[in-house]
Amino acid sequence: MAELDRTRTEVDVPGDWTYASAPESRDIVRIADSYGYYVGGEWLEPAETYETIAPRDEEPLAAIGQATAEDVGRAVVAAREAFADGWSALPGSERAKYLFRIARILQERSREFAVLESLNGGKPIKESRDVDIPLAAAHFFYYAGWADKLEYAFPNRRPRPVGVAGQIIPWNFPLLMLAWKIAPALACGNTVVLKPAETTPLTALLFCDVLRQAELPAGVVNIVTGDGRTGAAIVEHEDIDKIAFTGSTEVGKAIQRHVAGTGKRLTLELGGKAANIVFDDAALDQAVEGIVNGIYFNQGHVCCAGSRLFVQESIYEPLVAKLERRLTTLRVGDPLDKNTDVGAINSAAQLEKIQELVASGVEEGAEIYQPPCVLPEKGYWFVPTVFTNVAQSYRIAQEEIFGPVLSVLTFRTPEEAVEKANNTPYGLSAGVWTEKGSRILWMAQRLRAGVVWANTFNRFDPGSPFGGYKESGFGREGGRHGLEPYLRFDE
Amino acid sequence: MSERLPVKKTYKLYIGGTFPRSESGRTYEAEGQNVARASRKDVRDAVRAARGAQPGWAAATAYNRGQVLYRLAEMVEARVAEFAELCSGRDEVERSIDRIVWYAGWADKLPQVLGGSNPVAGPYFNFTVPEPTGVVAVLAPSEPALLGLVTRVLPPLVGGNAVVAVASEARPLAAIELAEGLATSDVPGGVVNLLTGQHAELAPVLASHMDVNAIDIGGANGDAPELERLAADNVKRVVRGRADVQSPWEVASFLELKTVWHPMGQ
Repeated sequence: MAELDRTRTEVDVPGDWTYASAPESRDIVRIADSYGYYVGGEWLEPAETYETIAPRDEEPLAAIGQATAEDVGRAVVAAREAFADGWSALPGSERAKYLFRIARILQERSREFAVLESLNGGKPIKESRDVDIPLAAAHFFYYAGWADKLEYAFPNRRPRPVGVAGQIIPWNFPLLMLAWKIAPALACGNTVVLKPAETTPLTALLFCDVLRQAELPAGVVNIVTGDGRTGAAIVEHEDIDKIAFTGSTEVGKAIQRHVAGTGKRLTLELGGKAANIVFDDAALDQAVEGIVNGIYFNQGHVCCAGSRLFVQESIYEPLVAKLERRLTTLRVGDPLDKNTDVGAINSAAQLEKIQELVASGVEEGAEIYQPPCVLPEKGYWFVPTVFTNVAQSYRIAQEEIFGPVLSVLTFRTPEEAVEKANNTPYGLSAGVWTEKGSRILWMAQRLRAGVVWANTFNRFDPGSPFGGYKESGFGREGGRHGLEPYLRFDE
Repeated sequence: MSERLPVKKTYKLYIGGTFPRSESGRTYEAEGQNVARASRKDVRDAVRAARGAQPGWAAATAYNRGQVLYRLAEMVEARVAEFAELCSGRDEVERSIDRIVWYAGWADKLPQVLGGSNPVAGPYFNFTVPEPTGVVAVLAPSEPALLGLVTRVLPPLVGGNAVVAVASEARPLAAIELAEGLATSDVPGGVVNLLTGQHAELAPVLASHMDVNAIDIGGANGDAPELERLAADNVKRVVRGRADVQSPWEVASFLELKTVWHPMGQ
C-alpha cells in the first residue's frame, strides 16, 4: 500500500482548464414587468416600487412593490379572515392535501423555479436545481403528512393553531426559506403573511401561482414585498400572533425588543460563525470537499456556513495545501451555467460588506490566499478566499462575513478544539471530521451548536430540526420539533 | 422566667453553596424578619457561581441527577413543620415535595420524550437530543411562597441547568428555608443560587446579564416588557412561567435541541 502511495501520479494544477459554457435556458420562466402584493388570493397594485435585478450582470428584472404598513394591514386582515373563515377549522386531512398538492406542483415546475432562483439571487443553477428547489418541495411534502397527525406529535397537549403568522425570510435560500416558514405554519392550521427578502422576491411571487394552481383558499397565504420597513410593519402589527424571522442577529435582537411585552410568539433563526473541525485521522480529501462545501456553497451566503476551519496541527500543512489546490479548480461565474461552482454575490451591499471584512483580515495580519480567477466585468463577484495565520481575536474569526471567505485556525487536542469552537456568541452549527465514531459523539456532546455535522457539512432535510443556541436564535425548523412554534396547547 | 431564650436565625443569601450576607450590607424587613437585600454585585456573583457549577451538573448522569433531586424532596419532607410555618401551610409543603419527586423522576426520561431520531435522505444516523441552555434566571412568583418557587426552579434544574432565583419579595423566608434544604441535599453548590431582595432592583440586572441564557419572568412585578427588552441583548430565552403548573414541557422551555448527523458506512 505504501508503495502505491509513493507512486501516485501527481496531476498539475488545472488552473487553465477552460470549460465550454453550458448555460441553462431562461425561456422556461416568464417574468412580469411588475408585481404587486398577493393578498386574499388577488394581486394588489403597489403605490411605490423598486427594481429587482440579476446580481450576475445587474440586469433589471422586474418592478417590485414596496409595501407600506397599510398594505401589510390588508394582508393581515385577509389572513385573519381566512383563519376564522375555515382554514383553522378545516380537518387536518384536508389541509394535508393542499400541502401535498403544493409539493407536487413545486416538483413539476422545479426547473422554472431553479432558473428564477439563480437569476434573481445569483446562486449556481447546480445548487438551486439540486438543493434548494427539491428541498423546498420535500419540506411541503413532509409537513403535509403532519397536518392530520398533530395529536400524535404532542400527546395529551391538545394542539391548536396560533393564528396569523408574520414571516420574514432572507435572500440566501429564497424559496427554501419560504417553504421552511409556510409549510409548518399551514400544516398546523395557521394563516400567514410572508415577506421575501428585498433583493430576492421573484420565486416567492412565482409561488403565488403555485397556490393558485393548488386552489389554496384565498387569504391563507399572503405575500407582501419590500425592504426592512415592510418587515418592521409586520413585526409591529397588532393582529399578528406569531413572528418567525430568519436573518441577521442584529435585526433579530431588534425584533425581540419590538415584540417584548406584546405576548406575540417569536422564533428567530439568526447568524452563525460555525467551526469546522478536522482531526488528523480524517479522510483528508473527503474533508477538503466538505470544507469547500461548508464555506463556498452558495457563495458562503449561509448562516450555518463553516467559516472557521480548525485543523489539528499535525495535518495543517498538507490540508491547507490540498485546500488551496482545490480552490484553483472552483469555477466562479455565471449562475445559470451548469458548470458553475460559485455564483454571484447577492447584492452590491453584501459585496461591500465582504470586501470590508476581508480588508480588515489583511490589515490585522492574516495571510490571504485567492486562486487565480477571471471574474465577469459586470455584476457582483468575490473570489473564494482562504485566510491563514488567523488569531481568534481577528474580526474575520469573530464576525459573520456571509461570503466565500474561510479563516483557518489550528488546535492540538480535542479539548482545545471544543474550547475554541465554542468561543463565539453564536451557536448555529458545527462540523467534525474524524474516522473515529466515539470522538464524533464526544465532540458533538460538547459543541454548543444546534446542528452538528460529522464527516459532512451543510446538509439539510425536512425531517431534521434546524436552529441555534445562544445568539444564533431560538426555535427549531424542520422535523417534529418544527411544528411547535406554530401551535398552542391547552394543558 | 425559666423559659429558654431561642436562638434566632440570620436570614442570608445562598450563593455557590454558601450563605453570605449581601455584599452591600443591606437588609430589608419581611415577614417580621431582617432579610438580606441582594445587590447587583450579589447577582453577578451568583451568576458566576452558577456558570461554574453548571457543566458538572449537566455532566452528571441522569440517574444521578434524579437521585439528587429525590434527596432534596427527602430534606424538605424532614422539615415539613418548619416549611408549613413559612407558607400557606402543610398542604402547600406536601404539594411542593410531591412536585420535587415528580420532576426527580423526569431526569432520566427527558431525552426519550423530547428528543428522537430523524429519517433523512442520506447515509446518516440523525438524532435530536435536548441539552440544558446553561444558566437560568428565575423571578419567583410572589405567591405561593414555597410552591411557586419549587414550581419554577425544578424544571430548569432537572434539565441540567444552573439557576439563579430571586425569591418572593414579600415572602422570602420559605426560599431561605429551601436553601437550607438544598445545602443539605446533594445538589452541588452553585447549581441553585437563591437571592432575596427587591425584584425591581435585581430583575433588570439578570435580564440584561450577558452570561444568563434564559430568564423566567413569571414572577416579575409589572415590569415584564422592559425585562423582555433587556433580554434581547444576548437573545435570551424568555419564559413566562405560571406559579402552579407541572409538565415536562415546562422543562423543555429551558432546553436547547441539538441535532447530530452521524455518518454511516462500512
